[in-house]
Amino acid sequence: MNVIKKYRLGPLIGLVLIFIVMSILSNQFLTFSNLRNVALQTTVNALLGVGMTFVILTSGIDLSVGSTLALSAVISSGLMVAHVNVFLACIVGIVVGAAGGALNGLLVSYGRLAPFIVTLGTQQLFRGLTEVYTHGMPIFNLPNSFSNLGTGLIAGIPIPVVIAAVVFIVGWIVLKKTVVGRKIYALGGNEKVAQLAGVKVNRYLVWVYVVAGVLAAFAGLILTSRLGTAEPTAGTGYELDAITAVVLGGTSLVGGEGSIIGTLVGALILGVIDNGLNLLNVNSFWQDAVKGLIILVAILLDRKKN
Amino acid sequence: MGKLMMRGISKSFSGVRVLEEVELIVEGGKVVALLGENGAGKSTLMKILTGEYQADAGEIVIDDQVVDIKNVDDAKKHQIGMIHQELNLFPNLSIAENFLIGNEAEYQQSGFIRSSKLNDKVKSILQQVNLQRHPSELVKNLGIGEQQLVEIGKALLQDVKYLVMDEPTAALTESETERLFQIIESLKKNGVGIVYISHRMEELYRIADKVSVLRDGRFIATRDMKTADENELVSMMVGRTVDDRYPKTPSNPGQVLLKAVDVKTPKVKRATLEVRAGEIVGLGGLMGAGRTELVSAFAGVDRIVEGEFEFNGKRTRFKTPKQAIDSGLAFVTEDRKSQGLILPFSVRENMALPTLGLRSRFGFIQSRQERDFTSEVVNKMRIKVASIDQPAGSLSGGNQQKIVIGKWMAQDPVLLILDEPTRGIDVGAKQEIYELMNAFKSQGRGILMISSDLPELMGICDRIYVMHEGEVMGEIKGEEMNNENFMKLATGRKLS
Repeated sequence: MNVIKKYRLGPLIGLVLIFIVMSILSNQFLTFSNLRNVALQTTVNALLGVGMTFVILTSGIDLSVGSTLALSAVISSGLMVAHVNVFLACIVGIVVGAAGGALNGLLVSYGRLAPFIVTLGTQQLFRGLTEVYTHGMPIFNLPNSFSNLGTGLIAGIPIPVVIAAVVFIVGWIVLKKTVVGRKIYALGGNEKVAQLAGVKVNRYLVWVYVVAGVLAAFAGLILTSRLGTAEPTAGTGYELDAITAVVLGGTSLVGGEGSIIGTLVGALILGVIDNGLNLLNVNSFWQDAVKGLIILVAILLDRKKN
Repeated sequence: MGKLMMRGISKSFSGVRVLEEVELIVEGGKVVALLGENGAGKSTLMKILTGEYQADAGEIVIDDQVVDIKNVDDAKKHQIGMIHQELNLFPNLSIAENFLIGNEAEYQQSGFIRSSKLNDKVKSILQQVNLQRHPSELVKNLGIGEQQLVEIGKALLQDVKYLVMDEPTAALTESETERLFQIIESLKKNGVGIVYISHRMEELYRIADKVSVLRDGRFIATRDMKTADENELVSMMVGRTVDDRYPKTPSNPGQVLLKAVDVKTPKVKRATLEVRAGEIVGLGGLMGAGRTELVSAFAGVDRIVEGEFEFNGKRTRFKTPKQAIDSGLAFVTEDRKSQGLILPFSVRENMALPTLGLRSRFGFIQSRQERDFTSEVVNKMRIKVASIDQPAGSLSGGNQQKIVIGKWMAQDPVLLILDEPTRGIDVGAKQEIYELMNAFKSQGRGILMISSDLPELMGICDRIYVMHEGEVMGEIKGEEMNNENFMKLATGRKLS
C-alpha cells in the first residue's frame, strides 16, 4: 500500500484494471490494430493534457485550448488551401497558438486576473475569431502532403502517436529534471515563496500558457490532417477532457503537485473507456453517462487512498 | 470557586503514545501556565479538554463530578472555551459575522440574523478587548495582532468558566499584550479558570499563579509560579540543564554591509540605520511600526522611494528579490508557512530552491549535487528529518524554521535579514537558532533581526534600532539597552 502511495500508482492500477475488464468483455479489444486505434484517438487529448498539466501545476487553468486548437487549425488550413507551403502554414498555425497562449499568460500574470475568467473570455474570443475566419464553414481540399501527418506511419506506428510520445518525454524531462520545471512546481506550490527565492513568477506564468497554446495548435494540426477538413467547431469541449485527464492522473488543481506521467495515464484511461464502450456497442447517450460515473469513482478511490 | 481536574489522561495516535497519565488542575479565578516544548503534548491535552479529541484513559472532573466531554458541544455545555494558536477565523467575513458563527442561536430569528443585537454585543466586546474597528470590517483587512484580539473576543462572547489560551501573545505587540493581561485579570476576578500556554517565560511570571510542566507526553511537576526558578523550569521542559537562554557572543564590528540614510518607502516614512560585518543588529518596535515593511524594501520585495541605500559598499536599490539575493542579501520572511516554505515540497526541494541555478548544468538539475548539498546543510544545522525527501509540511515548527534559515544561509550571503525567526518554536529549537546566528556572525557576516520578543532581542543583539509609526526613532546599545529606553523609542519619544 505504501509503494502505491509513494509512487502514485493509483491511476496506473486503475488503467490496468479497466484494460483487463475491457479485454474480457470484448474479444476485439486486445488486438494490435485496436490498440493502435486507441493510441491514435488519445493523441489529441494527450497533447492538450500535457499543456494543461503545465498550467494546472501553477494553480492555473486553461479553458481556451479547445478554441485555440480550432483557430490555429483553420488558419493553417486556410493558408494551405490558398497554396501556401504546407510546412510554412503549419508554422503559422503554431505561432497563432503561441500568441493565444501568450495573451492568456499576460492577462493572468501581469494583469493579475483569475485564470478561469481570462481563459473563459479567450475561449469565446478564439472561437468567435474562428467562426469569423471561416464564415462558419468547414475548410476542405487540404493538400495530400498534409494528410500524411495524420495518417502516415513510422515503423508501423501512426505519426501522431510518435509526436505525442516525443512531447510527453520532453514534457516529463522539463518538469522532472530541469530548473524551469522545478520553478513551475515551486510557483504553483507557493507563489510568494517562489518569488522571494528569486523566481521570475510572471515570466514563468506567461510561458506555461504559451506551452498550452502551442500544444493546442499541434493537436489542431493533427486532428485536421486526420479528418481531412478543418471544422470551425473542432475541439469544442476538449478543454474539459484535458482537465479530466490531468485530474485523473493525480495532479492537484490547487497546483504544485502532480506529474506528466499521471496525465498520460489519465488520457489513456479516457481513451480506453471511449474505445471499449464503442466496441461494446453501448448507446452513445449512455456512453457519456458511464464515462462520467467511471471518472467520479476513479477520483473518489484516489482521494480515499490518500 | 470551581475546580477542574484532568486525571490520568492518556492518548495514543496510531500506536504512538502522546500523553501518558497526565494530570492538570485548573482552579476558578486562577491562571495555570502549561509549559513544555513543541511535541510535549500540550495541544493534545487541551484538545481533549475542549472535546476535539477523546482520551484513551483518564477522566475529567469538574467540581467533584466526573464529566464526559465527547465533542466540542459538550465542552461548550460545561463552559470550557479555547483560544487557538492558529487563528480560526473566516478572513472573508466581517468581525460581526465571525462572532455570529457558532453562536447563531442567540442572534437569529426565524433564520434571519438579528444584526442590531449582534452589532451591539460585538461593539461592547471590541471595546473590552480595545480593538478600534467597526464590526462590519472584514477580518482579512485586520493586522494579525488585531485578528488575535478578535479570536479572544470570540471566547468572551461565550460565557466561559474555563478558558484555554494557546500562545495568545505570539502575534501581539507589547501594548496589545498589556491589554490582554488586563482582560485576563478581569476574567480572573469573575472566577474564570485559565490555562495559559506560552513559550515566553517573563509573561508567565506576570500572570500565572501555578505552572505545570509536560515533557514527552508525561507530567513532570506543578509549581507555584512566584517561587519557581526559571532555569529549573527550562530544565524540566527540555530534560537537561540549560545555563544560558541567550548565548550572546562578543561583537567584532567590521566594514559597513548595509547602510540606509533617510530611506523612504511607500510604507516607511524615514529610516536611517547601518549593519556592520560581525554583528547582530536588532530592529524592534510595536506591531505596525513598519519593521517588516522596511526590510522588505531593503530586500527588493518592496521599493525604496527616496534616500540613500548602500549594500556592501555600493550605492544601489534592489528592484527584485533576485537582485538582492545575487548581491549577497538573504531575507528570511516572517511567516514560514506562507512565505518561507512550499509545504508539499520535500526538504530537499525547498532547500535547493533559491540556488537551483548553482546546482544545474544546461538547465538540468544535478540531483546528486542537490542531495549532497541538502544532506550537508541538514547535518550542519542538526535538522531532524527522517529523510530529505520528506515533505516540509510534516516537520515540527522548529525544524521548518531551520530549513528556511538553512536554505538562505547556504547561499553564502554576507547579510542575513531575519524577520521573527523564533516565533512559535520551542526553547530548544530557539537556542539552536541562536547558535547558528552566532556562528554566522563569527564568520564576519552581518545579521539584521526583527523580533517582537524583547528579552530575545536584548539577549542576542549587539545593538537595537527601534521603530515607531514608520520611522526609525533611534538606537540602543550597551548600558542603554533596557526595557525603559526601548519603550520610550517604541512609543515615539526620544532618549533623554
